[in-house]
Amino acid sequence: MKRAVFRNRWLPYALVAPQLAITLAFFFWPAFGSVRLSLFRASPFGDRLIFVGLGNFQRLFGDTAYLRSAITSIIFSFIVTLVGLALALLLASFANAKIRGLALYRSLLLWPYGIAPATAGILWLFIFHPSYGILPYLLSFVTSYQFNWFLKGWVALTLIIVTAVWKQFGYNLAFYLAGLQAIEASVLEAASVDGAGVVRRFLAITFPLLSPVTFFLFTLNMTFSFFDTFGIVHAVTQGGPGDATSLLVYKAWKDGFEGLQLGLSAAQSVVLMVVVTMLTVLQFRYAERKVTY
Amino acid sequence: MARALADTGIVTAEVPTRRRRRDRGGALAHVILVVSVVVLAFPLYYALVISTQTVEQATSLPPSLLPSTHVLENYVTAWRKAEMGRLLLNSAVMSLSVAVGKIAISMLSAFAIVYFNFWGKQLVFWMVFVTLMLPIPVRIMSTYEVISSLGWINTYWGLSVPLMASATATFLFRQFFRTIPDSLAEAAQLDGAGPLRFLWSILIPLSMANIAALFVILFVYAWNEYLWPLMVTTRGEMRTAVVGLEALVPRGGSELPQWNVIMAAATMVLIPPVAVIVFMQRWFVKGLVETEK
Repeated sequence: MKRAVFRNRWLPYALVAPQLAITLAFFFWPAFGSVRLSLFRASPFGDRLIFVGLGNFQRLFGDTAYLRSAITSIIFSFIVTLVGLALALLLASFANAKIRGLALYRSLLLWPYGIAPATAGILWLFIFHPSYGILPYLLSFVTSYQFNWFLKGWVALTLIIVTAVWKQFGYNLAFYLAGLQAIEASVLEAASVDGAGVVRRFLAITFPLLSPVTFFLFTLNMTFSFFDTFGIVHAVTQGGPGDATSLLVYKAWKDGFEGLQLGLSAAQSVVLMVVVTMLTVLQFRYAERKVTY
Repeated sequence: MARALADTGIVTAEVPTRRRRRDRGGALAHVILVVSVVVLAFPLYYALVISTQTVEQATSLPPSLLPSTHVLENYVTAWRKAEMGRLLLNSAVMSLSVAVGKIAISMLSAFAIVYFNFWGKQLVFWMVFVTLMLPIPVRIMSTYEVISSLGWINTYWGLSVPLMASATATFLFRQFFRTIPDSLAEAAQLDGAGPLRFLWSILIPLSMANIAALFVILFVYAWNEYLWPLMVTTRGEMRTAVVGLEALVPRGGSELPQWNVIMAAATMVLIPPVAVIVFMQRWFVKGLVETEK
Protein backbone atom coordinates (compact mmCIF):
# COMPACT_ATOMS: atom_id res chain seq x y z
CA MET A 1 0.00 0.00 0.00
CA LYS A 2 1.33 3.32 -1.03
CA ARG A 3 1.40 6.28 1.31
CA ALA A 4 -0.39 9.37 0.18
CA VAL A 5 2.43 11.86 0.15
CA PHE A 6 1.00 15.21 -0.81
CA ARG A 7 -1.19 17.32 1.41
CA ASN A 8 -3.61 19.81 0.00
CA ARG A 9 -7.13 20.69 0.95
CA TRP A 10 -8.67 21.45 -2.41
CA LEU A 11 -6.26 20.21 -5.07
CA PRO A 12 -7.37 16.53 -5.06
CA TYR A 13 -10.97 17.65 -5.64
CA ALA A 14 -9.89 19.82 -8.53
CA LEU A 15 -8.00 16.87 -10.00
CA VAL A 16 -10.94 14.49 -9.88
CA ALA A 17 -13.46 17.16 -10.88
CA PRO A 18 -13.40 16.61 -14.67
CA GLN A 19 -13.79 12.85 -14.27
CA LEU A 20 -16.60 13.28 -11.76
CA ALA A 21 -18.41 15.92 -13.79
CA ILE A 22 -18.49 13.68 -16.87
CA THR A 23 -19.37 10.61 -14.83
CA LEU A 24 -22.26 12.36 -13.14
CA ALA A 25 -23.60 14.22 -16.15
CA PHE A 26 -23.27 11.53 -18.81
CA PHE A 27 -23.30 8.26 -16.90
CA PHE A 28 -25.14 8.49 -13.59
CA TRP A 29 -27.76 11.06 -14.45
CA PRO A 30 -28.78 9.34 -17.74
CA ALA A 31 -28.70 5.91 -16.08
CA PHE A 32 -30.98 7.27 -13.40
CA GLY A 33 -33.03 8.82 -16.21
CA SER A 34 -33.34 5.42 -17.91
CA VAL A 35 -34.68 3.90 -14.72
CA ARG A 36 -37.08 6.81 -14.16
CA LEU A 37 -38.24 6.89 -17.79
CA SER A 38 -38.87 3.14 -17.70
CA LEU A 39 -41.69 3.80 -15.23
CA PHE A 40 -43.50 6.23 -17.55
CA ARG A 41 -45.01 6.27 -20.97
CA ALA A 42 -45.63 9.21 -23.26
CA SER A 43 -49.19 10.50 -23.52
CA PRO A 44 -50.94 10.04 -26.91
CA PHE A 45 -49.87 13.52 -28.02
CA GLY A 46 -46.39 13.02 -26.64
CA ASP A 47 -46.64 16.21 -24.61
CA ARG A 48 -46.35 14.72 -21.14
CA LEU A 49 -45.36 11.53 -19.33
CA ILE A 50 -47.82 9.27 -17.57
CA PHE A 51 -46.65 7.15 -14.64
CA VAL A 52 -47.25 3.47 -15.34
CA GLY A 53 -45.19 1.79 -12.62
CA LEU A 54 -43.81 -1.48 -13.85
CA GLY A 55 -46.24 -1.43 -16.77
CA ASN A 56 -43.50 -1.12 -19.36
CA PHE A 57 -41.74 -4.19 -18.01
CA GLN A 58 -44.99 -6.14 -17.98
CA ARG A 59 -45.60 -5.11 -21.55
CA LEU A 60 -42.04 -6.00 -22.50
CA PHE A 61 -42.09 -9.49 -21.06
CA GLY A 62 -45.51 -10.15 -22.53
CA ASP A 63 -44.39 -8.99 -25.96
CA THR A 64 -43.43 -11.86 -28.26
CA ALA A 65 -41.34 -9.53 -30.46
CA TYR A 66 -39.23 -8.58 -27.43
CA LEU A 67 -38.87 -12.15 -26.25
CA ARG A 68 -37.85 -13.17 -29.77
CA SER A 69 -35.25 -10.41 -29.74
CA ALA A 70 -33.96 -11.62 -26.37
CA ILE A 71 -33.70 -15.19 -27.62
CA THR A 72 -31.99 -14.06 -30.84
CA SER A 73 -29.48 -12.06 -28.79
CA ILE A 74 -28.72 -14.97 -26.50
CA ILE A 75 -28.31 -17.38 -29.43
CA PHE A 76 -26.19 -14.85 -31.29
CA SER A 77 -23.92 -14.10 -28.32
CA PHE A 78 -23.39 -17.73 -27.37
CA ILE A 79 -22.70 -18.85 -30.93
CA VAL A 80 -20.29 -15.98 -31.55
CA THR A 81 -18.50 -16.66 -28.27
CA LEU A 82 -18.45 -20.45 -28.32
CA VAL A 83 -17.68 -20.89 -32.02
CA GLY A 84 -15.09 -18.13 -31.84
CA LEU A 85 -13.35 -19.60 -28.80
CA ALA A 86 -13.55 -23.22 -29.95
CA LEU A 87 -12.08 -22.36 -33.35
CA ALA A 88 -9.35 -20.23 -31.84
CA LEU A 89 -8.45 -22.86 -29.23
CA LEU A 90 -8.40 -25.65 -31.81
CA LEU A 91 -6.12 -23.77 -34.19
CA ALA A 92 -3.96 -22.45 -31.37
CA SER A 93 -3.44 -26.00 -30.04
CA PHE A 94 -2.21 -27.18 -33.42
CA ALA A 95 -0.14 -24.08 -33.94
CA ASN A 96 1.49 -24.23 -30.52
CA ALA A 97 5.14 -24.81 -31.28
CA LYS A 98 8.29 -22.87 -30.73
CA ILE A 99 8.52 -21.32 -34.17
CA ARG A 100 10.06 -18.31 -35.76
CA GLY A 101 8.05 -15.28 -36.75
CA LEU A 102 5.44 -15.29 -34.00
CA ALA A 103 5.55 -11.49 -33.85
CA LEU A 104 4.82 -11.29 -37.56
CA TYR A 105 1.93 -13.74 -37.26
CA ARG A 106 0.61 -11.77 -34.34
CA SER A 107 0.53 -8.59 -36.44
CA LEU A 108 -1.15 -10.43 -39.28
CA LEU A 109 -3.78 -11.81 -36.90
CA LEU A 110 -4.55 -8.72 -34.84
CA TRP A 111 -5.27 -6.07 -37.46
CA PRO A 112 -9.01 -6.86 -37.83
CA TYR A 113 -9.34 -5.53 -34.27
CA GLY A 114 -8.96 -2.09 -35.83
CA ILE A 115 -11.93 -2.44 -38.16
CA ALA A 116 -15.25 -1.14 -36.85
CA PRO A 117 -17.93 -3.83 -36.49
CA ALA A 118 -20.10 -1.85 -38.90
CA THR A 119 -17.37 -1.62 -41.53
CA ALA A 120 -16.57 -5.31 -41.10
CA GLY A 121 -20.27 -5.97 -41.62
CA ILE A 122 -20.22 -4.13 -44.93
CA LEU A 123 -17.25 -6.21 -46.16
CA TRP A 124 -19.10 -9.41 -45.29
CA LEU A 125 -22.40 -8.11 -46.64
CA PHE A 126 -20.91 -8.08 -50.10
CA ILE A 127 -19.39 -11.56 -49.72
CA PHE A 128 -22.88 -12.78 -48.74
CA HIS A 129 -24.66 -10.69 -51.39
CA PRO A 130 -27.32 -12.93 -53.01
CA SER A 131 -26.73 -11.53 -56.52
CA TYR A 132 -23.02 -10.70 -56.64
CA GLY A 133 -21.46 -12.25 -53.56
CA ILE A 134 -18.80 -14.90 -53.88
CA LEU A 135 -20.22 -17.10 -51.11
CA PRO A 136 -23.72 -17.72 -52.55
CA TYR A 137 -22.01 -18.10 -55.94
CA LEU A 138 -19.75 -20.88 -54.67
CA LEU A 139 -22.59 -22.52 -52.74
CA SER A 140 -24.72 -22.57 -55.88
CA PHE A 141 -22.44 -25.29 -57.26
CA VAL A 142 -23.17 -27.49 -54.26
CA THR A 143 -26.85 -26.92 -53.67
CA SER A 144 -29.82 -25.24 -55.28
CA TYR A 145 -30.81 -23.72 -51.93
CA GLN A 146 -30.95 -19.93 -52.16
CA PHE A 147 -28.66 -18.42 -49.55
CA ASN A 148 -30.39 -15.08 -49.65
CA TRP A 149 -30.04 -13.09 -46.47
CA PHE A 150 -32.51 -10.49 -47.72
CA LEU A 151 -35.20 -13.17 -47.47
CA LYS A 152 -34.04 -15.80 -45.02
CA GLY A 153 -33.64 -14.91 -41.37
CA TRP A 154 -31.13 -17.59 -40.50
CA VAL A 155 -28.84 -16.57 -43.37
CA ALA A 156 -28.94 -12.96 -42.16
CA LEU A 157 -28.16 -14.14 -38.62
CA THR A 158 -25.30 -16.23 -40.01
CA LEU A 159 -23.98 -13.16 -41.79
CA ILE A 160 -23.76 -11.11 -38.60
CA ILE A 161 -22.38 -14.08 -36.64
CA VAL A 162 -19.63 -14.62 -39.22
CA THR A 163 -18.79 -10.91 -39.13
CA ALA A 164 -18.53 -10.89 -35.34
CA VAL A 165 -16.50 -14.11 -35.18
CA TRP A 166 -14.18 -12.84 -37.91
CA LYS A 167 -13.60 -9.58 -36.13
CA GLN A 168 -12.74 -11.25 -32.81
CA PHE A 169 -10.91 -14.26 -34.20
CA GLY A 170 -7.34 -13.00 -34.43
CA TYR A 171 -7.58 -11.53 -30.96
CA ASN A 172 -8.84 -14.81 -29.47
CA LEU A 173 -6.20 -16.81 -31.31
CA ALA A 174 -3.40 -14.51 -30.17
CA PHE A 175 -4.47 -14.79 -26.53
CA TYR A 176 -4.83 -18.59 -26.70
CA LEU A 177 -1.43 -18.92 -28.33
CA ALA A 178 0.07 -16.81 -25.58
CA GLY A 179 -1.68 -18.93 -22.96
CA LEU A 180 -0.47 -22.17 -24.53
CA GLN A 181 3.09 -20.97 -24.82
CA ALA A 182 3.03 -20.24 -21.10
CA ILE A 183 2.33 -23.89 -20.26
CA GLU A 184 5.52 -25.71 -19.40
CA ALA A 185 6.43 -28.24 -22.07
CA SER A 186 7.82 -30.48 -19.34
CA VAL A 187 4.35 -30.97 -17.82
CA LEU A 188 2.99 -32.23 -21.13
CA GLU A 189 6.06 -34.36 -21.74
CA ALA A 190 5.70 -36.00 -18.34
CA ALA A 191 2.10 -36.84 -19.14
CA SER A 192 3.18 -38.16 -22.50
CA VAL A 193 5.75 -40.43 -20.86
CA ASP A 194 3.01 -41.68 -18.55
CA GLY A 195 1.16 -42.81 -21.66
CA ALA A 196 -1.43 -40.06 -22.00
CA GLY A 197 -2.54 -39.54 -25.61
CA VAL A 198 -3.03 -36.24 -27.39
CA VAL A 199 -6.71 -35.94 -26.50
CA ARG A 200 -6.16 -37.00 -22.90
CA ARG A 201 -3.28 -34.53 -22.50
CA PHE A 202 -5.46 -31.77 -23.88
CA LEU A 203 -8.46 -32.53 -21.66
CA ALA A 204 -6.55 -33.28 -18.49
CA ILE A 205 -3.80 -30.68 -18.65
CA THR A 206 -3.97 -28.08 -21.36
CA PHE A 207 -7.62 -27.14 -21.10
CA PRO A 208 -7.69 -26.75 -17.28
CA LEU A 209 -4.47 -24.75 -17.34
CA LEU A 210 -5.98 -22.48 -19.97
CA SER A 211 -9.15 -21.85 -18.01
CA PRO A 212 -8.16 -18.32 -16.91
CA VAL A 213 -7.59 -17.37 -20.55
CA THR A 214 -10.83 -19.05 -21.57
CA PHE A 215 -12.72 -17.27 -18.85
CA PHE A 216 -11.26 -13.91 -19.74
CA LEU A 217 -12.02 -14.41 -23.43
CA PHE A 218 -15.50 -15.70 -22.66
CA THR A 219 -16.63 -12.60 -20.76
CA LEU A 220 -14.89 -10.34 -23.26
CA ASN A 221 -16.58 -11.97 -26.24
CA MET A 222 -19.97 -12.09 -24.52
CA THR A 223 -19.74 -8.39 -23.73
CA PHE A 224 -18.62 -7.67 -27.28
CA SER A 225 -21.41 -9.66 -28.89
CA PHE A 226 -24.07 -8.23 -26.61
CA PHE A 227 -23.09 -4.58 -26.62
CA ASP A 228 -20.68 -3.79 -29.43
CA THR A 229 -22.49 -5.38 -32.34
CA PHE A 230 -25.08 -2.65 -32.74
CA GLY A 231 -23.12 -1.25 -35.67
CA ILE A 232 -23.18 -4.54 -37.58
CA VAL A 233 -26.95 -4.80 -37.29
CA HIS A 234 -27.59 -1.16 -38.08
CA ALA A 235 -25.24 -0.97 -41.05
CA VAL A 236 -26.00 -4.37 -42.55
CA THR A 237 -29.32 -6.05 -41.80
CA GLN A 238 -31.22 -3.30 -39.97
CA GLY A 239 -32.74 -6.02 -37.85
CA GLY A 240 -34.19 -7.83 -40.84
CA PRO A 241 -35.47 -9.69 -42.64
CA GLY A 242 -38.56 -9.29 -40.45
CA ASP A 243 -36.95 -9.11 -37.02
CA ALA A 244 -34.58 -12.04 -37.51
CA THR A 245 -31.50 -10.05 -36.53
CA SER A 246 -33.10 -7.54 -34.21
CA LEU A 247 -30.70 -7.85 -31.27
CA LEU A 248 -31.63 -6.33 -27.91
CA VAL A 249 -29.46 -3.22 -28.23
CA TYR A 250 -30.74 -2.57 -31.73
CA LYS A 251 -34.33 -3.00 -30.61
CA ALA A 252 -33.86 -0.65 -27.65
CA TRP A 253 -32.46 1.98 -29.99
CA LYS A 254 -35.10 1.46 -32.68
CA ASP A 255 -38.08 1.50 -30.30
CA GLY A 256 -36.75 4.71 -28.77
CA PHE A 257 -35.44 6.64 -31.75
CA GLU A 258 -37.71 5.42 -34.53
CA GLY A 259 -40.74 4.15 -32.62
CA LEU A 260 -40.56 7.07 -30.15
CA GLN A 261 -41.70 4.76 -27.37
CA LEU A 262 -39.52 6.36 -24.75
CA GLY A 263 -40.73 4.40 -21.75
CA LEU A 264 -40.53 1.07 -23.51
CA SER A 265 -37.05 1.81 -24.81
CA ALA A 266 -35.92 2.89 -21.35
CA ALA A 267 -37.29 -0.31 -19.85
CA GLN A 268 -35.19 -2.24 -22.38
CA SER A 269 -32.17 -0.20 -21.33
CA VAL A 270 -32.81 -1.17 -17.72
CA VAL A 271 -32.91 -4.86 -18.69
CA LEU A 272 -29.58 -4.39 -20.51
CA MET A 273 -28.21 -2.75 -17.37
CA VAL A 274 -28.94 -5.96 -15.50
CA VAL A 275 -27.17 -7.99 -18.19
CA VAL A 276 -24.06 -5.82 -18.22
CA THR A 277 -23.94 -5.77 -14.41
CA MET A 278 -24.01 -9.57 -14.36
CA LEU A 279 -21.25 -9.78 -16.95
CA THR A 280 -19.09 -7.26 -15.08
CA VAL A 281 -19.57 -9.00 -11.73
CA LEU A 282 -18.76 -12.33 -13.38
CA GLN A 283 -15.65 -10.88 -14.94
CA PHE A 284 -14.35 -9.38 -11.73
CA ARG A 285 -15.31 -12.19 -9.42
CA TYR A 286 -13.70 -14.98 -11.38
CA ALA A 287 -10.88 -13.17 -13.06
CA GLU A 288 -9.63 -12.19 -9.60
CA ARG A 289 -9.12 -8.63 -10.58
CA LYS A 290 -7.79 -6.41 -7.87
CA VAL A 291 -10.28 -3.63 -7.58
CA THR A 292 -10.31 -3.39 -3.82
CA TYR A 293 -8.78 -0.38 -2.33
CA MET B 1 -3.01 -13.14 -16.02
CA ALA B 2 -2.04 -10.16 -18.08
CA ARG B 3 1.53 -10.46 -16.86
CA ALA B 4 1.65 -14.10 -17.87
CA LEU B 5 0.45 -13.17 -21.33
CA ALA B 6 2.97 -10.41 -21.58
CA ASP B 7 5.77 -12.79 -20.68
CA THR B 8 5.11 -15.33 -23.37
CA GLY B 9 6.38 -13.81 -26.54
CA ILE B 10 3.14 -13.64 -28.47
CA VAL B 11 2.03 -10.44 -26.84
CA THR B 12 5.39 -8.81 -26.25
CA ALA B 13 7.70 -7.20 -28.72
CA GLU B 14 10.40 -9.78 -28.12
CA VAL B 15 9.92 -13.20 -29.60
CA PRO B 16 12.06 -16.19 -28.81
CA THR B 17 14.02 -16.92 -31.94
CA ARG B 18 15.91 -19.92 -30.67
CA ARG B 19 14.22 -23.23 -31.14
CA ARG B 20 14.83 -26.24 -28.98
CA ARG B 21 13.16 -28.86 -31.09
CA ARG B 22 12.74 -28.58 -34.83
CA ASP B 23 9.92 -31.05 -34.97
CA ARG B 24 6.96 -31.66 -37.22
CA GLY B 25 4.91 -29.45 -34.92
CA GLY B 26 6.80 -26.46 -36.26
CA ALA B 27 5.79 -27.08 -39.85
CA LEU B 28 2.20 -27.76 -38.88
CA ALA B 29 2.13 -24.58 -36.83
CA HIS B 30 3.33 -22.55 -39.80
CA VAL B 31 0.73 -24.12 -42.09
CA ILE B 32 -2.11 -23.41 -39.65
CA LEU B 33 -1.00 -19.87 -38.95
CA VAL B 34 -0.52 -19.06 -42.63
CA VAL B 35 -3.95 -20.45 -43.49
CA SER B 36 -5.53 -18.47 -40.63
CA VAL B 37 -3.81 -15.29 -41.76
CA VAL B 38 -4.95 -15.79 -45.36
CA VAL B 39 -8.56 -16.62 -44.46
CA LEU B 40 -8.67 -13.69 -42.07
CA ALA B 41 -7.30 -11.35 -44.74
CA PHE B 42 -9.67 -12.47 -47.48
CA PRO B 43 -12.59 -10.08 -46.78
CA LEU B 44 -10.22 -7.12 -46.82
CA TYR B 45 -8.47 -8.35 -49.96
CA TYR B 46 -11.83 -8.85 -51.65
CA ALA B 47 -12.95 -5.34 -50.67
CA LEU B 48 -9.71 -3.85 -52.00
CA VAL B 49 -10.10 -5.76 -55.28
CA ILE B 50 -13.73 -4.67 -55.72
CA SER B 51 -12.69 -1.07 -55.06
CA THR B 52 -10.50 -1.20 -58.17
CA GLN B 53 -13.16 -2.56 -60.52
CA THR B 54 -15.98 -1.02 -62.54
CA VAL B 55 -19.57 -1.58 -61.41
CA GLU B 56 -19.96 -4.16 -64.18
CA GLN B 57 -16.89 -6.06 -63.05
CA ALA B 58 -17.90 -5.88 -59.41
CA THR B 59 -21.37 -7.24 -60.08
CA SER B 60 -20.52 -9.88 -62.66
CA LEU B 61 -20.55 -13.62 -62.12
CA PRO B 62 -18.28 -15.43 -61.63
CA PRO B 63 -16.76 -12.82 -59.30
CA SER B 64 -13.36 -11.60 -60.35
CA LEU B 65 -10.73 -11.85 -57.63
CA LEU B 66 -8.13 -9.87 -59.51
CA PRO B 67 -7.60 -6.13 -59.19
CA SER B 68 -8.60 -3.91 -62.08
CA THR B 69 -7.41 -0.44 -63.05
CA HIS B 70 -10.22 1.86 -61.91
CA VAL B 71 -8.67 2.76 -58.58
CA LEU B 72 -8.48 6.49 -58.96
CA GLU B 73 -11.96 7.09 -60.34
CA ASN B 74 -13.62 4.89 -57.68
CA TYR B 75 -11.83 6.56 -54.83
CA VAL B 76 -12.53 10.02 -56.22
CA THR B 77 -16.22 9.13 -56.67
CA ALA B 78 -16.40 7.73 -53.15
CA TRP B 79 -14.63 10.80 -51.76
CA ARG B 80 -17.14 13.14 -53.42
CA LYS B 81 -20.28 11.07 -53.00
CA ALA B 82 -19.85 10.46 -49.29
CA GLU B 83 -18.18 13.82 -48.59
CA MET B 84 -15.45 11.65 -47.20
CA GLY B 85 -13.16 14.57 -46.40
CA ARG B 86 -15.63 15.95 -43.93
CA LEU B 87 -16.47 12.53 -42.45
CA LEU B 88 -12.81 11.65 -41.94
CA LEU B 89 -12.19 15.06 -40.38
CA ASN B 90 -15.08 14.50 -37.95
CA SER B 91 -13.79 11.07 -37.05
CA ALA B 92 -10.27 12.42 -36.57
CA VAL B 93 -11.45 15.26 -34.34
CA MET B 94 -13.62 12.93 -32.29
CA SER B 95 -11.05 10.15 -31.92
CA LEU B 96 -8.16 12.44 -31.07
CA SER B 97 -10.18 14.43 -28.54
CA VAL B 98 -11.58 11.31 -26.90
CA ALA B 99 -8.16 9.65 -26.71
CA VAL B 100 -6.32 12.73 -25.43
CA GLY B 101 -9.19 13.77 -23.13
CA LYS B 102 -9.58 10.33 -21.60
CA ILE B 103 -5.86 10.06 -20.96
CA ALA B 104 -5.64 13.52 -19.37
CA ILE B 105 -8.77 13.16 -17.23
CA SER B 106 -7.91 9.64 -16.08
CA MET B 107 -4.38 10.59 -15.26
CA LEU B 108 -5.46 13.54 -13.11
CA SER B 109 -7.94 11.49 -11.13
CA ALA B 110 -5.54 8.58 -10.70
CA PHE B 111 -2.94 11.07 -9.46
CA ALA B 112 -5.39 12.43 -6.90
CA ILE B 113 -6.41 8.94 -5.76
CA VAL B 114 -2.86 7.65 -5.33
CA TYR B 115 -1.04 10.71 -4.02
CA PHE B 116 -3.60 12.42 -1.80
CA ASN B 117 -5.84 11.59 1.11
CA PHE B 118 -9.14 13.32 0.85
CA TRP B 119 -12.65 12.90 2.10
CA GLY B 120 -14.75 10.87 -0.32
CA LYS B 121 -11.83 9.20 -2.08
CA GLN B 122 -13.41 5.77 -1.78
CA LEU B 123 -16.65 7.11 -3.17
CA VAL B 124 -14.89 8.65 -6.16
CA PHE B 125 -13.14 5.37 -6.83
CA TRP B 126 -16.36 3.36 -6.82
CA MET B 127 -18.20 5.90 -8.93
CA VAL B 128 -15.54 5.54 -11.57
CA PHE B 129 -15.75 1.76 -11.27
CA VAL B 130 -19.53 1.72 -11.74
CA THR B 131 -19.23 3.45 -15.13
CA LEU B 132 -18.02 0.07 -16.40
CA MET B 133 -21.57 -1.13 -15.92
CA LEU B 134 -23.14 1.77 -17.77
CA PRO B 135 -22.23 1.40 -21.45
CA ILE B 136 -24.12 3.53 -23.95
CA PRO B 137 -26.89 0.98 -24.69
CA VAL B 138 -28.17 1.13 -21.11
CA ARG B 139 -28.82 4.86 -21.30
CA ILE B 140 -29.82 5.49 -24.88
CA MET B 141 -32.84 7.79 -24.64
CA SER B 142 -31.88 9.61 -21.46
CA THR B 143 -28.35 10.40 -22.64
CA TYR B 144 -29.84 11.85 -25.79
CA GLU B 145 -32.00 14.09 -23.61
CA VAL B 146 -28.97 15.30 -21.66
CA ILE B 147 -27.00 16.03 -24.82
CA SER B 148 -29.87 17.86 -26.47
CA SER B 149 -30.62 19.94 -23.36
CA LEU B 150 -26.98 21.04 -23.41
CA GLY B 151 -27.42 22.00 -27.07
CA TRP B 152 -24.64 19.58 -27.98
CA ILE B 153 -26.44 17.69 -30.75
CA ASN B 154 -24.38 18.01 -33.97
CA THR B 155 -21.32 19.40 -32.19
CA TYR B 156 -17.83 18.11 -31.59
CA TRP B 157 -18.48 18.63 -27.88
CA GLY B 158 -21.35 16.19 -27.99
CA LEU B 159 -19.32 13.70 -30.00
CA SER B 160 -16.35 13.66 -27.68
CA VAL B 161 -16.75 15.06 -24.15
CA PRO B 162 -19.28 12.50 -22.83
CA LEU B 163 -16.96 9.66 -23.86
CA MET B 164 -14.00 11.03 -21.94
CA ALA B 165 -14.65 9.38 -18.57
CA SER B 166 -12.81 6.10 -18.34
CA ALA B 167 -12.63 3.54 -15.60
CA THR B 168 -10.15 1.43 -17.54
CA ALA B 169 -7.64 4.22 -18.06
CA THR B 170 -8.04 5.47 -14.48
CA PHE B 171 -7.33 1.99 -13.10
CA LEU B 172 -4.38 1.59 -15.40
CA PHE B 173 -2.76 4.83 -14.24
CA ARG B 174 -3.59 4.04 -10.63
CA GLN B 175 -1.88 0.66 -10.89
CA PHE B 176 1.10 2.24 -12.56
CA PHE B 177 1.47 5.12 -10.10
CA ARG B 178 1.40 2.66 -7.23
CA THR B 179 4.49 0.94 -8.61
CA ILE B 180 6.47 4.18 -8.50
CA PRO B 181 8.57 4.39 -5.31
CA ASP B 182 7.37 6.90 -2.72
CA SER B 183 10.94 8.15 -2.41
CA LEU B 184 10.59 9.91 -5.77
CA ALA B 185 7.72 12.04 -4.57
CA GLU B 186 9.42 12.67 -1.25
CA ALA B 187 12.61 13.74 -2.99
CA ALA B 188 10.61 16.04 -5.24
CA GLN B 189 9.02 17.59 -2.17
CA LEU B 190 12.39 18.11 -0.52
CA ASP B 191 13.49 19.90 -3.64
CA GLY B 192 10.52 22.17 -3.22
CA ALA B 193 8.41 20.77 -6.07
CA GLY B 194 4.67 20.93 -5.54
CA PRO B 195 2.32 18.13 -6.59
CA LEU B 196 1.57 19.58 -10.02
CA ARG B 197 5.24 20.09 -10.72
CA PHE B 198 5.87 16.48 -9.68
CA LEU B 199 3.07 15.27 -11.96
CA TRP B 200 4.34 17.27 -14.91
CA SER B 201 8.09 16.73 -14.62
CA ILE B 202 8.27 13.24 -13.19
CA LEU B 203 5.06 11.21 -13.44
CA ILE B 204 4.12 12.11 -17.00
CA PRO B 205 7.57 11.37 -18.45
CA LEU B 206 7.58 8.05 -16.56
CA SER B 207 4.12 7.22 -17.92
CA MET B 208 4.91 7.72 -21.60
CA ALA B 209 4.76 4.00 -22.42
CA ASN B 210 1.36 3.69 -20.77
CA ILE B 211 0.15 6.84 -22.46
CA ALA B 212 1.18 5.57 -25.89
CA ALA B 213 -0.46 2.20 -25.28
CA LEU B 214 -3.69 3.79 -24.10
CA PHE B 215 -3.66 6.24 -26.96
CA VAL B 216 -3.72 3.46 -29.56
CA ILE B 217 -6.52 1.54 -27.86
CA LEU B 218 -8.63 4.66 -27.21
CA PHE B 219 -8.13 6.11 -30.67
CA VAL B 220 -9.29 2.87 -32.28
CA TYR B 221 -12.19 2.60 -29.85
CA ALA B 222 -13.41 6.14 -30.57
CA TRP B 223 -12.92 5.90 -34.33
CA ASN B 224 -15.02 2.74 -34.42
CA GLU B 225 -17.76 3.90 -32.06
CA TYR B 226 -21.11 3.66 -33.82
CA LEU B 227 -24.11 4.06 -31.53
CA TRP B 228 -22.85 7.27 -29.96
CA PRO B 229 -22.28 9.35 -33.13
CA LEU B 230 -25.50 7.93 -34.55
CA MET B 231 -27.36 9.25 -31.50
CA VAL B 232 -25.83 12.68 -31.09
CA THR B 233 -25.61 13.74 -34.73
CA THR B 234 -28.50 14.23 -37.10
CA ARG B 235 -26.91 16.24 -39.89
CA GLY B 236 -24.85 14.48 -42.55
CA GLU B 237 -21.91 16.84 -42.19
CA MET B 238 -21.49 15.98 -38.50
CA ARG B 239 -21.54 12.20 -38.96
CA THR B 240 -18.37 10.23 -38.39
CA ALA B 241 -16.86 8.13 -41.17
CA VAL B 242 -17.96 4.76 -39.78
CA VAL B 243 -21.57 5.92 -39.47
CA GLY B 244 -21.54 7.85 -42.75
CA LEU B 245 -20.50 4.74 -44.64
CA GLU B 246 -23.85 3.15 -43.88
CA ALA B 247 -25.63 5.79 -45.96
CA LEU B 248 -23.94 4.43 -49.09
CA VAL B 249 -25.27 0.90 -48.68
CA PRO B 250 -28.18 0.41 -51.09
CA ARG B 251 -31.46 -0.52 -49.41
CA GLY B 252 -33.59 -2.11 -52.09
CA GLY B 253 -34.31 0.77 -54.45
CA SER B 254 -33.75 0.82 -58.18
CA GLU B 255 -30.45 2.65 -58.05
CA LEU B 256 -27.56 0.69 -59.51
CA PRO B 257 -25.58 -0.47 -56.48
CA GLN B 258 -22.08 0.93 -56.84
CA TRP B 259 -20.32 -1.70 -54.80
CA ASN B 260 -16.96 -0.63 -56.16
CA VAL B 261 -17.50 2.87 -54.76
CA ILE B 262 -18.81 1.53 -51.44
CA MET B 263 -15.73 -0.63 -51.05
CA ALA B 264 -13.48 2.31 -51.91
CA ALA B 265 -15.23 4.32 -49.19
CA ALA B 266 -15.02 1.40 -46.74
CA THR B 267 -11.28 1.20 -47.39
CA MET B 268 -10.82 4.88 -46.61
CA VAL B 269 -12.82 4.48 -43.40
CA LEU B 270 -10.92 1.47 -42.12
CA ILE B 271 -7.39 2.53 -43.01
CA PRO B 272 -6.74 5.06 -40.20
CA PRO B 273 -7.42 2.76 -37.21
CA VAL B 274 -5.77 -0.24 -38.88
CA ALA B 275 -2.75 1.91 -39.75
CA VAL B 276 -2.50 3.08 -36.15
CA ILE B 277 -2.52 -0.54 -34.99
CA VAL B 278 0.04 -1.65 -37.57
CA PHE B 279 2.44 1.25 -37.12
CA MET B 280 2.09 1.39 -33.33
CA GLN B 281 2.01 -2.37 -33.00
CA ARG B 282 4.16 -2.50 -29.91
CA TRP B 283 2.00 -0.01 -28.03
CA PHE B 284 -1.19 -1.58 -29.28
CA VAL B 285 -0.23 -4.97 -27.86
CA LYS B 286 0.84 -3.41 -24.59
CA GLY B 287 -2.49 -1.58 -24.47
CA LEU B 288 -4.48 -4.75 -25.16
CA VAL B 289 -2.70 -6.58 -22.37
CA GLU B 290 -2.87 -3.78 -19.84
CA THR B 291 -6.42 -2.64 -20.38
CA GLU B 292 -8.04 -6.00 -21.18
CA LYS B 293 -11.20 -4.23 -20.10
